[in-house]
Amino acid sequence: MRKSRTLNLGTGSFVLLGFAALFFLTTQTTSRGLTWFGPPRYEVIAKFDNVGDLKVGAPVSMSGVEIGRVAKIDFDSNEYKAVVQLRLNARFDKIPTDSDASIYTQGLLGGKFIGITAGGADTYLKDQDRIDFTQSAFVLENLIGQVLANFTKSKADEQRAAPADSKPTEKTK
Amino acid sequence: MFRELWESFTDALEGLGSVVHFLFRLVVHSPRALLRFSLISQQIFNSGAFSLVIIMLSGLFVGMVLGLQGFQLLQRFGSEESLGVAATIGLVKELGPVVTALLFAGRAGTALASELGLMRATDQISAMEMMAVDPIQRVVVPRFLGGVISMPLLAAIFSVVGIYGAQLIGVQIMGVDAGSFWSQMRSAVGLRDVTEGIVKSLIFGVACSLIAVYQGYYATPTAEGVGRATTSTVVTSAVVILFLDYLITAAFL
Repeated sequence: MRKSRTLNLGTGSFVLLGFAALFFLTTQTTSRGLTWFGPPRYEVIAKFDNVGDLKVGAPVSMSGVEIGRVAKIDFDSNEYKAVVQLRLNARFDKIPTDSDASIYTQGLLGGKFIGITAGGADTYLKDQDRIDFTQSAFVLENLIGQVLANFTKSKADEQRAAPADSKPTEKTK
Repeated sequence: MFRELWESFTDALEGLGSVVHFLFRLVVHSPRALLRFSLISQQIFNSGAFSLVIIMLSGLFVGMVLGLQGFQLLQRFGSEESLGVAATIGLVKELGPVVTALLFAGRAGTALASELGLMRATDQISAMEMMAVDPIQRVVVPRFLGGVISMPLLAAIFSVVGIYGAQLIGVQIMGVDAGSFWSQMRSAVGLRDVTEGIVKSLIFGVACSLIAVYQGYYATPTAEGVGRATTSTVVTSAVVILFLDYLITAAFL
């Protein structure tokens, strides 16, 4: 009887450890299940012209500190804007109503996240409020397109200015 | 020469057929064996809990190596923060299930095969048959189910310990930011990746345990035969695991 008790104890603790590991993998390493537990939250909405590759579960930060996550990304077909629902930790409940939300990139190849910069209003954001000032995601392709357009335009200008001179002129700052 | 080739081919087919037949017998006996759970629980203890130390140690070192290698590689692109993603995806989807299965074949599979082979060699299995005790149900099925249940749990433990190993090297020693290590991991790793790992380790559990009990049960009842059964358990398991790993990965893509 004694032996079988220690045996069952060993088996039980092994199985418990295994399931704890499985639970950890499914809830802690994935974006799923993070909202099951944790501190109370409230949700605010922000509308962006372009969210780039922002994903559900991306962090929302203020001064670099994570204060919440992106809960939902939807498309408003009336305004042709992306509607992003931010789920913020209720501990950070003093965000002025005129704060602005921008989409930034983590590192060079990192994912997108939303940074909130505090405004100066005396009233604070409440549940289901809307952040009015937003700045869209920085889309690399657009930037490259602009640079290319500028480049070809300035080249054409140069050629028009000095048609006889075939040598490339010095770049002007 | 063609005749020999043909014969070795038919031998291989016959072997495969008898493994499948054996698997069916095990599956048919499984529901009744589940009623006597204490037997299975003992086998979970034998093959699972005893493998815990080697699994956790290996997981720690595999995770630490991943942390080191991943950091060196990602640093070139200036995206060290993705270390958590790289290590977790690698561990949960590939290294966790595969390395656990290989270690399991070496640690528990050999033990199962030699135990059953020795039972065969010392006529214990025949004695059970004489007493009208079905050796498949009493001896083989509990060992098989014990292995099948242990494997996913061991693989999950391996992955978790590995993630902490990668975190130890990446965050504590190399100085990656802990917040981005975890938050990038959370946003990039999906439930699907974890499911893939669990499915893999379940299938590996079935394959490993089946090969071990088959080799042991049908071992030649001599000292040499038991030794050969043990060896071929490890060799066959390793090849089958890597082959199945490719198949399951392709299926999940």
